[in-house]
Formats: sequence, C-alpha cells, structure tokens
Amino acid sequence: MEPDGRLGLYRMMVLIRTYEETILREYHADKKPVFDIGAGLIPGEMHLSAGQEPVAAGVCAHLTADDAVTATHRPHHFAIAHGVDLDRMTAEIFGRVDGLGRGRGGHMHLFDPATHFSCSGIIAEGYPPAVGQALAFQRRGTDRVAVAVTGEGAANQGAFHEALNLASLWKLPVVFVVEDNDWGISVPRSASTCVTSNALRAAGYGIPGQRVEDNSVEAVHAVAGEAIARARAGEGPSLIEVHTLRLWGHFEGDAQGYRSDLEGVPGRDPLPTYEKELRAAGVLDDAAVSSIAEQARDRVEAAIAFAKRSPEPDPATALDFVFAQA
Amino acid sequence: MTLTDASASSSAPAQRKLSTAKAMVEAIAQEMERDEDVFVLGEDVGAYGGIFSSTTGLLEKFGPRRVLDTPISETAFIGAAIGAAVEGLRPIVELMFVDFFGVCMDQIYNHMAKIHFESGGNVKVPMVLTAAVGGGYSDGAQHSQCLWGTFAHLPGMKVVAPSNPADAKGLMTAAIRDDNPVVYLFHKGVMGLPWMAKNRRSIGPVPDGDHVVPIGKANIVRPGSDVTVVTLSLSVHHSLDVAEELAQQGIDCEVVDLRSVVPLDTDTILESVGRTGRLLVVDEDYLSFGLSGEIIARVAERDPGLLRAPAARVAVPDVPIPYARPLEYAVLPTPDRIRRAVLDLVNA
Repeated sequence: MEPDGRLGLYRMMVLIRTYEETILREYHADKKPVFDIGAGLIPGEMHLSAGQEPVAAGVCAHLTADDAVTATHRPHHFAIAHGVDLDRMTAEIFGRVDGLGRGRGGHMHLFDPATHFSCSGIIAEGYPPAVGQALAFQRRGTDRVAVAVTGEGAANQGAFHEALNLASLWKLPVVFVVEDNDWGISVPRSASTCVTSNALRAAGYGIPGQRVEDNSVEAVHAVAGEAIARARAGEGPSLIEVHTLRLWGHFEGDAQGYRSDLEGVPGRDPLPTYEKELRAAGVLDDAAVSSIAEQARDRVEAAIAFAKRSPEPDPATALDFVFAQA
Repeated sequence: MTLTDASASSSAPAQRKLSTAKAMVEAIAQEMERDEDVFVLGEDVGAYGGIFSSTTGLLEKFGPRRVLDTPISETAFIGAAIGAAVEGLRPIVELMFVDFFGVCMDQIYNHMAKIHFESGGNVKVPMVLTAAVGGGYSDGAQHSQCLWGTFAHLPGMKVVAPSNPADAKGLMTAAIRDDNPVVYLFHKGVMGLPWMAKNRRSIGPVPDGDHVVPIGKANIVRPGSDVTVVTLSLSVHHSLDVAEELAQQGIDCEVVDLRSVVPLDTDTILESVGRTGRLLVVDEDYLSFGLSGEIIARVAERDPGLLRAPAARVAVPDVPIPYARPLEYAVLPTPDRIRRAVLDLVNA
C-alpha cells in the first residue's frame, strides 16, 4: 500500500481513538463518587469502539459521502470514518440542540442525511434499511453502495439472514460488515453459535464471504476494497467479517467480570501495532506521530467545546418532530 | 382535484362504481404514473395481484421494476422499504395480514416510526405500510385481528382505515403523498372481494382523477340526534345498518366514520356527542387499552358534561378471535351487539 494511504488509515484510527478517549473522560467526569448512569454531561449508556478502529477506517476509506453506512449501537468509529460532522455528532451525544438529531437521538441513534449515515440500537435491525438504501441506489442507476455493520452476536438474528437473502436475490450494492469482537455483551462467540466464521454464512446466500483474522487495518482495507468495487460494478453484495477487539467494556461502567481474555487484550491493541509497523516501514517518525496526535486532539477538543457551547433543548419542544409537517 | 371534506366523502357525485379493492389500486396506479419514485413491494403483490386484490393489475401496467414480489421476509422487505424511503423513494409495502406484524415489528415501530423523530426532523420516511385486517370468515386467531390500536399507541406513524371505496382511494392518495409513514389498514370485509361475503357498500361511487381524503378528518356518514356511534372500517356498515333499522323505531343514530386513528379527529367526536349527549364506540379491535377507551377518555377529559348517559362500547372482549362460526360472531361487533348497546344507551 502507498505511504499516503497508510498514513491516512493511521490518522483516521488515531482520530477515532482520541475521540473515544475524550468521550470516556467526559462521560465519567461528573458521574462520581458513585457511578450514576443518568448523571453528568453525557447521560445514558455509552458504548465505545476502542480496538475496532481498523474496521471502520479500512472500510470507509473506500467510501464517499454519497455512499450509505448503517452502523450499530456502537457507532462512533464508523460515523467518524464516514465523515459525519464531528461537532454535530458530539453535540448529539451531549444531548444539545445543535446535535444531529437536536437532542432526540443520542449516541445510539445518530442520523446524518449529508453522509447517509445512520445507526440503530437494536441488534441486526440496521441491516434491512441498508438493503433498502442499496435498492434506492440501484433503482436510480448510480454506482453508490450501502455498508451495513453488525457485531458477531447479531449474525444469529433473523434480520441478518433475511437481509442477506434479499440483497443477494436482488443483487443489491450492499457490503455487509460483521465486527467480531468475540463478545455479545458477556456471551462469547463460542456460546452463541457453532459456526466458526460468520463469513461462512455468506455461502448460504450465494454471496462471497471473507474473514479478516488479525484486526489489521490494511487487510480490512484490501478485502473491503474488493467487496465495494464488486458492489459498485453491479455484481451484488458481499460479507466481510473482521476478527477485531473490544478493548473496553460493552458499555461504560461494565466491570467485565465475565471476561476471560482480558490479560491478553492490551497486547492486541491495533493502534500501537500499526504505529510500529509504519515506523518500521519509514512511513512514520516521532515528529509525525506527535503531530498527528496533536491534530486529532485539537479536532476532538473543538468538537467537545462546540457540544458544550450548544444549549440544551427547550423542554417546550419535547413533542416536536414526531411527524413531518406538510 | 376533488378535495373531500369531513362531511362529503361518500356523497361524491354519482358516477362509475368500484369495489374498495379496485379503488385502492386506482389510487396507487395514479400515483405511480404521477411519480416515478412510487413503487410497490411485498408478498404476492405481482402476478397474484395481492391476496386481497390490493395490487391487481399493477404488475401488467408498471412491470417488475416497480411492482416487486418479495420473499417471505417481512423484516427484510419492510426494512428495505424504510431504507428506500429514507433515500427519497416512496414505497408502498404490503404486510399481507396485519396479524403478521410480530415478525417485523421492530422495523415498524423502532425504525419506520422513530427515524424522523430521532433525527430531529432531518430524515423523512415517506412510505405506506398496508395490511389486511379483520375477521368474520373463520380464519382464526392469527388471521382475523384489527390491531390498529397497537400501531396508534406507538408514536410516529399515521394510521388510517377506510370503510368505503371512495375513501379507500382518497386516503391511499393522501397516504402516498404524505411525508410520514402511514399504516393503511384495509378490512377484508369492505374490499368487495368476489370470494367473501360482501357488504353492500363495498362497491360504490369513486371520483375519477385526483381524489384526496385528508388524513385526520372523520366523516359523519349519517347525521342523527339521539346517539353518536363512533366507529371505523367494517363496523361503519354494521352501525349504518343498525341505524337504519332503529330509525323505524324513532331512534336517530349519528354515525361517525373515523377514517383515521392517528391523527384522531377529536373535534368531530366532541361536536357530535355535544349534539346527541350519548356515545357508543364500536371497535373491531380488542376492548381493553385501545381505541374505544381512548375515545371515551378524550370526551371525559374535555367535557364529561356532554354525556347524558354513561358512554358505552362494543369491541372484541379481550379474547383471541375464535375459529368456530358461533364463537367468532359472539365476540365480533355484530349488528346485534351494536343494536343492543344503542337501545341500552337510549333507555338508560
């Protein structure tokens, strides 16, 4: 891969990680001394995606704002990689009027029509709408694609299978992405299915399926490139599964007492691994690493500041937007 | 354009008559001609023409690109309609029997109904979800429900249920043009199907050309002074039959056809109850926690003094719809039950 492309992937992963670390800080800042999920500047559940950056960065590097991405309840990495406005996304997470949904959605329900980005808090149920977006793209004669993301736990849901079948039947430009982070909340993959790789399930629907085993952003980039090119060329859907890593808990506040693999987790962090690889290849040096880190920090802090400046919604508007006005 | 107001729908000028099913199809076809983005998908909507003739002839007219038969995958194809609507198309998606909503309810109430709200109004979902409702022909507990109260309870979707051919056309046209998701529930007993006992008003005059019935406007289909009967769909016809019969005994029923459950035309109900002082709600949906209770609550909240007698209701008494004919008719809102309820009200 060209140095510029590699640097781009690295930069995106750093931006995502910086974002998640900063949200983590803000989320916990005012929930002490006793953790209260509804308290603080960011209330509610928080699902962070640290460790899963390679999937979003590798896939979205092939997309433009005309393509659609439908993410899961753990959506930030895909939103950022797909170019969702960081300020408005952050304002939404803070529940402010300048947020993507004017404070109606929250972190699991981000909708950005400018980049055709959406996500869903219901496991696997983001797949069918992505199929419909692809149907719209196909009907309009474009080469746009829809990317639908789930976790490996969602591959046992009906919506997952129905969506694959329909997309295959209608030869729709969809790329189904499964993020296998080994854990469906507390249940390991081995306790939820006997299928060793969800990429194998693609065969059941007559579409290509490929698994990336090592959470390598460049491997994801390569496999996604093929799948997306195939979709753009009108050759139909594909399934990609990436064996990735949930670096932190299912949600913030999750003590992960159930987790049997924690000891090895830090060593599997994809970010230092990739940084080392790029340094060895001469693509990155100390100066570049700190400048990229600084740029990411500045960008994220600006988004946080934007969110904090934005007012909370007026309670008098709580009933707005149930219906579109004629 | 014929814009039907609350008081004029079924008294449209005399002209050719259509069945409710044909009127529905006519609206869809006209909108498909008018707007390339309108398309139809669902199970058996193509060559079959819809199990209840709701899409008959559309495939021949518009071809398979605009009339899409789907696999039996309600979650996938209703979800696909949502995604297509989000991208600006205007799908009409058929969930054959409303009773099947359980297999795809997440797409309906968590996605179709909530995306506009969650996006703070930035994303619209302009689609129509159609489904057949109602019993009366021994199809059993999983194929005979109405369930409009379930959809109406969950915010974010409009819910309409026409009772006659003209309204079927006008409400369908309005539903397709609406920027919101609209659940369009057609009772099998009003469709005018050749293979099912027909109600005599299931074939009736339908305006030519553009015909829009605004969503959210009830229709006083029979004015009267003694009792207000608020109802919808097939029960409108039972109520009208009872009203005609009781008129001979000097009891004058006003029959209000809601046409739309969401939004609910509370004003028309209140005005009518204000005139008659008596309220009977007839609902083929389940009794408890549903439409009948809602209507009575709205009257009681706004002005309980309007009622000269306690409000009454005839609905399905919280039992799954039985199969055997005498059992099914014991729980449906039949003309017999409606007549008894009206007589109890006026004699109270």
